[in-house]
Amino acid sequence: MKYLREKIVFFIIALLSALIINFVLPRLMPGDPAERILLKMGGDIQPEAVEAMRIALGVDKETPILKQFFSYLKNTLTFNFGISYSYYPVPVKDLILDALPWTIGLVGISTLISFVLGTALGIRAGWNRNKPIDSFVTISSLIIRGFPYFWLALILLYVFGFLLNLFPLSNAYSTHEFLKGWKFFGSVIYHGFLPGLTLVLASLGTWILTMRNNMVSVLSEDFILVAEAKGLKDKDIMNKYAARNALLPSVTSFGLSLGYIVGGALLTEIVFSYPGIGYLMYKGVTSQDYPLMQAIFFIISLSVLIANFMLDFVYMFLDPRTRG
Amino acid sequence: MLLEVRNLSAGYKSQGKEIEAVKNVSFSLDENDFLGIAGESGCGKSTLLFSILRLLKRPGEIFDGEVFFKGEDILKMDEETLRKKRWKEFSLVTQSAMNALNPVYKIKDQIMDVILEHSDYTKIEALEIIERVLQMVGIQKERMDSYPHQLSGGMKQRVAIAMALVFSPSLVVMDEPTTALDVVVQRSIMEQIDEIRNTNKFSMIFVTHDISLLFEISKRIAIMYAGELVELGQTKQVYLNPLHPYTSGLINSFPKLTKETKEYKGIPGKIPDLSKPIIGCSFKERCQNRKELCNTRPEFKEVIPGRWVACHFPL
Amino acid sequence: MVRRLNKKAIVGLSIFFFFVVIAFFAPFLAPYDPNEFVGIPYSRPTSEHILGLDRMGRDILSQLIYGTRLSLIVGLTTGTLMTTISLLIGMTAGYFGGLVDRILSTIIDVFMVIPGLPLMIVIASYIRFRGVVPIILVISFTSWAPGARVIRAQTLTMRNREFILASKITGEKSRRIIFSEIMPNMLSLISSNFFVACLTAIVGEASLEFLGFGDVSAITWGTMLYWAQNSSALLNNSWGWVLAPGIAIATLGASFALLNFSIDELTNPKLRGV
Repeated sequence: MKYLREKIVFFIIALLSALIINFVLPRLMPGDPAERILLKMGGDIQPEAVEAMRIALGVDKETPILKQFFSYLKNTLTFNFGISYSYYPVPVKDLILDALPWTIGLVGISTLISFVLGTALGIRAGWNRNKPIDSFVTISSLIIRGFPYFWLALILLYVFGFLLNLFPLSNAYSTHEFLKGWKFFGSVIYHGFLPGLTLVLASLGTWILTMRNNMVSVLSEDFILVAEAKGLKDKDIMNKYAARNALLPSVTSFGLSLGYIVGGALLTEIVFSYPGIGYLMYKGVTSQDYPLMQAIFFIISLSVLIANFMLDFVYMFLDPRTRG
Repeated sequence: MLLEVRNLSAGYKSQGKEIEAVKNVSFSLDENDFLGIAGESGCGKSTLLFSILRLLKRPGEIFDGEVFFKGEDILKMDEETLRKKRWKEFSLVTQSAMNALNPVYKIKDQIMDVILEHSDYTKIEALEIIERVLQMVGIQKERMDSYPHQLSGGMKQRVAIAMALVFSPSLVVMDEPTTALDVVVQRSIMEQIDEIRNTNKFSMIFVTHDISLLFEISKRIAIMYAGELVELGQTKQVYLNPLHPYTSGLINSFPKLTKETKEYKGIPGKIPDLSKPIIGCSFKERCQNRKELCNTRPEFKEVIPGRWVACHFPL
Repeated sequence: MVRRLNKKAIVGLSIFFFFVVIAFFAPFLAPYDPNEFVGIPYSRPTSEHILGLDRMGRDILSQLIYGTRLSLIVGLTTGTLMTTISLLIGMTAGYFGGLVDRILSTIIDVFMVIPGLPLMIVIASYIRFRGVVPIILVISFTSWAPGARVIRAQTLTMRNREFILASKITGEKSRRIIFSEIMPNMLSLISSNFFVACLTAIVGEASLEFLGFGDVSAITWGTMLYWAQNSSALLNNSWGWVLAPGIAIATLGASFALLNFSIDELTNPKLRGV
């Protein structure tokens, strides 16, 4: 299958690119970040940590660059990211494993909600193109899209968390009491609501506009005219003929936007002190914990690539033309 | 009489500008008739077709006129009644076969949906019907499990025709159905249509810019120019004895296969701008016989029984 | 339809020029010196200080007005640089085709899927110099891919147009064909791209500055938000401090989005539809 083969090749190329960027950056930048860290840490650092940092950040000027790269590759692909500098001596891997589920849960669920909702609205807007409802939806989407994620997060936090006191101001679950089972689950939803709402609102406009424009394009196709000539019900023409086809490019844009969404999610987590990958990265940034930042960049890239790869399967299922 | 179009005017409105792409068109169609409508691109033939079927979309608009189908005015019918008549009574084959089929569904599902929409057949019965109509246009029944992209252009067009015939409607409207295809495929499809028309009686309106094709296949022919019908009559008579100078120009402009030399002359000039009002005869700028009277609009009238023309000085 | 379309473009342009005027006349429009202590820190909005005062007792409205300058300059410069990169890569890929295209397209696709902000953060944190230049460079070099993708596609269709083929046959230099024949024929696409780039730049700038990657002593909308966040502005009920820069960013962003949208509608007959 040509389509699948191409997608697998691309996955590998993209993954390799992320790895290369990660490898090259610290070696390219002026100054020696690893040296700085080692100096700051002074003597109280384990030999293994020194070794890992050398590999990740390229302190060792003697070892040939290619050899460095392969050691780096081996370490990264086995998720051996070394020891965190800001959370010394916790391994970076453990920090990431703690944070990742929160981010995947939050971003995954809210992005799905946003995509489904935005697409449904976009279908309506496109179908009623140039009628008042379309103009209203389109213009409001254009405006919402301009709000930076983190600002929307700040405002929601202020209004619903601080002023109205309806939602917690930080964290992913209640830290005052020990909860189990459904109660814990409820507390997670309660804490995740505002960050989730931020993510849904911030990306909703994009999905509406994407789907709306795809609908308008598809509606000028001949098969829509034929469907109308066939005397099918409007609902069927809208859903089975127009939307079903307009969905294809939407899924593609969805995949391509994941990287952007993740960026927005990072900022949202920071505003809500939500203990996910983004907040962790922020902590890394503020304390110049390069091993942690690098590892997180890699993990985020990997997650986005895997999500994209999964979307390719969805696309293959949706578009018979890719099945050869 | 199956279809009667009376004084139909339609066109496009945008930013206060009005383009009358179809002007005051009248003609009628009998049961089992085959009317070909020919004209250069941009003369309003597609607009005319879509107006007749009430499929014209905004900014397209029907300005005036009546379209009686079996005695009822399609243009005044309420939408639900019209929807229920669609495809059962009259169906459509569009210009580009490539895009007439929904790319994400199998052939059988696209024929199935219209059968289930307008009848009480079960899915199993519907499948039998699908098999039968596909066979009629020379498509093997195994092909009904294909997706459109798996078929060649010619096959897609055959499927589109088969689909148009599932209910044996009394009128099938074809908008340049063979334009995108190569000549050999085009010919074999035309022969197929001819064959089907011999066994299943239905009327057909066939629109194309390929006037030579129409002279070969149609029973009656209408020539359209700048949104108006300028000539209408039995194909053979029009071919042998064109009354409108435009028709005669068209006939002279295509190479005759019987002649050795491929010398032919075109008509000088081009179609007038439809967004500006045309005074008098629309063809007068390009007409070699124009006289003073041509500055008044010639009426489209029956000059010999069955022969209509819009010219003050028919040839 | 053209009237409606112009409406979007007109609103977009008006907003844009509104900000340009504010940036230009900032010293005349701002009621106070944005760096001067003029009252009690964290003061709520009053008639004298419409948006209140910040942690250091500086007038927020004046900061907002002065902040327009650098925010706008950074946004437009980044937008220009980003569009230039997109153009160079997109046109090269589309014009030369073949292996060049395969390689460049893959690079474009890779940059499309690699998450931009995390990459910006990593790069920015390695650069120790804080200021507008690193911000402009980082955003431009991480966000050019979507534009390059669109321009590549357009160049590809353009490459086989008759007038381009004719130039090729007469032996014109590739560089000349690309810059004086292909590029002028994609001006609308390029400008719609530029507006998207500016939108990306404005939001990216604010995000990076919010995280503290800007020069925190300079006044921009992003650094205002950085200080607001780090001084717990909202918990001190100093909502003007957070609300105003955000609305400014969103409004300027919306103007770019509107301009882009109206050009899309102009050039894509399918979108005009009706």
